[in-house]
Amino acid sequence: MTLDLVIQQLVNGLIVGSFYALIALGYSMVFGVIKLLNFAHGDIYMSGAFVGLIVFSFVGIWVGNGWLGVVCALLVSMLAVGLLGVVIERFVYRPMRNAPRLSILITALGASMVLNGTALALTGGRHYAFNTDLGFAGVDISTVHITYTQMVLVAASIALMAGMQAFVSRTMYGKAMRAVSIDMGASRLMGIDVDRVIALTFFMGSALAAGGGVMAGAYYGSVHFFMGFIMGLKAFTAAVIGGIGSVPGAMLGGLLLGLLEAFGSSLPFVGSEWRDVFVFGALILFLVFKPTGLLGRSVVERV
Amino acid sequence: MIDEVRTMPAAVQPQLMRWSVVLPGLAALACALVLPQFANAYVTEVATTALLYIVLCLGLNIVVGYAGLLDLGYAAFFAVGAYTSGILTAEFGFNFWLTIPVAMATACVAGIIIGAPTLRLRSDYLAIVTLGFGEIVRIIARNLDITGGASGLVGIERPEIFGFKLMQVQHFYYAFLVLALLTAFVCLSIERSRMGRAWFYVRYDEDAAAGIGINRVTAKLQAYMMGAVIASVAGCLYAAKMTAISPESFTFNQSLLILLGVVLGGMGRIPGVVLGAILVALLPEVLRGAGTYRPLVTAVALLAIMLFRPNGLWPDKRV
Amino acid sequence: MALLEVRDLRLSFGGLKVLHDISFSVEKGVINSLIGPNGAGKTSLFNCLTGFYKPKGGSIHLGGRPIAGLPPHRITALGLARTFQNIRLFKEMTVLENAMSGQHCRSRHGIVSAILHLPAQRREEEAIRAAGMHWLDFVGIEQHAHRRAGGLSYGDQRRLELARALASAPELILLDEPAAGLNEREKLDLVHLIRRIRDETGITVLLIEHDMGLVMQVSEKIVVFDYGQKIADGPPEIVRADPRVIEAYLGTEE
Repeated sequence: MTLDLVIQQLVNGLIVGSFYALIALGYSMVFGVIKLLNFAHGDIYMSGAFVGLIVFSFVGIWVGNGWLGVVCALLVSMLAVGLLGVVIERFVYRPMRNAPRLSILITALGASMVLNGTALALTGGRHYAFNTDLGFAGVDISTVHITYTQMVLVAASIALMAGMQAFVSRTMYGKAMRAVSIDMGASRLMGIDVDRVIALTFFMGSALAAGGGVMAGAYYGSVHFFMGFIMGLKAFTAAVIGGIGSVPGAMLGGLLLGLLEAFGSSLPFVGSEWRDVFVFGALILFLVFKPTGLLGRSVVERV
Repeated sequence: MIDEVRTMPAAVQPQLMRWSVVLPGLAALACALVLPQFANAYVTEVATTALLYIVLCLGLNIVVGYAGLLDLGYAAFFAVGAYTSGILTAEFGFNFWLTIPVAMATACVAGIIIGAPTLRLRSDYLAIVTLGFGEIVRIIARNLDITGGASGLVGIERPEIFGFKLMQVQHFYYAFLVLALLTAFVCLSIERSRMGRAWFYVRYDEDAAAGIGINRVTAKLQAYMMGAVIASVAGCLYAAKMTAISPESFTFNQSLLILLGVVLGGMGRIPGVVLGAILVALLPEVLRGAGTYRPLVTAVALLAIMLFRPNGLWPDKRV
Repeated sequence: MALLEVRDLRLSFGGLKVLHDISFSVEKGVINSLIGPNGAGKTSLFNCLTGFYKPKGGSIHLGGRPIAGLPPHRITALGLARTFQNIRLFKEMTVLENAMSGQHCRSRHGIVSAILHLPAQRREEEAIRAAGMHWLDFVGIEQHAHRRAGGLSYGDQRRLELARALASAPELILLDEPAAGLNEREKLDLVHLIRRIRDETGITVLLIEHDMGLVMQVSEKIVVFDYGQKIADGPPEIVRADPRVIEAYLGTEE
């Protein structure tokens, strides 16, 4: 592997990895408070990309297809899809909160399928182009060209995640979130409005996924109803690698997975068609040897 | 109300159970036996699909309904069976019947590879890992030469039994009927045995089950492997019926349909699962004109059942 | 040699020490009680003994065999059964099926023999069923055998949990607050039942209980915990007079 290739894959890995990290972070946050995986998370990401595209197409008429349009699309999509997350929580997770875990999982799966099925029905399964003119200006390192767009995307993801970390560790709501994740019953007794905290967590987690969706759509220039499926799987892998429930863990896991995938698929004999197999292998290995992830803590269940 | 039934003298109960179950069961079986004599090829084809789904749903029911494990990649084991049998007959000239034990063994090994690391962990991890596994099996099938790549495997030999070659729809209808009956018998036998009860104990309270001396990981792994074996046998027969298989027959959607069948009728109970499987097989026929709306209808059905009738259309009155 | 030997047992969660160097023993055929204020580490000790928690150090021997760190089902198979503080029945299943669950580790037939309906498997099923009925009869709820376990009265649910544990044919049975939530009459029945367990089956009993009247009435030996440490053990009359026990329960006079 030449140095150029290493740099190129490093850049690719960081970009993909920062998308993974955003989605994984939402996964992890929701898991933290309700102790369940949100199966709909991948489809929330997909919805975010579509909402972003719709907003972008409308706004583009006035502000053009440049940065301003993308930022508008990002913000509106995060807000709208965040609310979608709240709706899913309210009508799917909340009625099932005391149901057996198996029933909750299947219900969540149903919600995910409804989102996915709606997108398929509305788009007819077509790929939609997300045409931006963000330009290809950038800097050259050796023969590798890194565009400003790529840098901004990585920086924006990091900023979103840092903001989230600050929110969780500094604000009252963040404190309430952590309290609920440790002991829901005790939090309720201490006067925390648990329902509201859970709804807020869904909002933030879904908004992050939507942010990731818009950025990925704009970066790759295309959105598709099935884009959330593999993304959900990979974000889960990233969250497991980092340690599910841990905010820094999700970031670390996402970036590591992105790099792993970039370098893994450039190895001889592996090739890009085996990329997903590679990722899945990593997931299984982690589950066998380090199920708590790199930054996760093992939890002793009380009997 | 349910308690009233249970407080009847124990001696009366089995008899009551027997007639209320056996009579409709026999009637259904009689209908199933004579169906191809009266139905046209289209109806027989749909009925054969329904029987295939009955086998698959009964198999998945062991994993989901008995042991309480959510498997989202069940079609992968179906694929393992179909491809194992297909490759062995088409490429290596194996006798079809000999491929069945090989397929079962392959499914067992695949079940252990996926199940052993994951079943020690939380049940929702299993769901995602099995979902990933389903995709991986499909990707592998699409990228290997021996599986025929994306276009799939063709020229799978039709099976012969005592010199009689299974050719027509009716032949496969009866073959699947035998397999469905066999599967139901197997499920019924296990359900009322020590291991079957162990699955229910683990499903209802894992810690209590461990505290009473049940190895929860082994119990779950056995359920998972049992489900895998049943799907693989169904896969063998499916490959023989189709004579050509492609990766697209074993997608995530296939896994979802099988799961829907289990959930729709009522998890954990054989009559409910059979009903669910039949409904799932009819679904594409009913939704023929729906096109891209089809997955949405499936999804809404699943969500509605879980939210409004979580025990299914034909729920368990056993306890 | 004692039936259960606990030596220098330590347990901690993160930095929090829950059990400090606990040592005590349980003699075969003796009814033992474990008492102490809330949060003293009694249930944590039970969870260590039964394999639900992994101790940080020390040893546990059951009938001379080391069991510390083994998984719960192995420990049950070696002859140590338990009940739970908050009743943990299989509520959706019948009372008999609950009682039969205890026999799982004493039987062996698996999937294949069940499918083939082997005669040996049928005989074993009969034996499991008979054992389940026997223990339901022992605790006095055999008339409810075919009801849903979750539909039983609270007192009967406690009895069923006991029957289920007894059905695993243990040498030693651990009861976690068996009298919690029972009325006076049911408590009296419980005392009687605990004595019958020891007298008629020879199974040794170790129970956690807050009801001092019941403890003093039924126990032949008492171990007292406070703040994760053993502060006393011995026959009831001696423990009752121990100044440290009085201090733990009543506080010191200033």
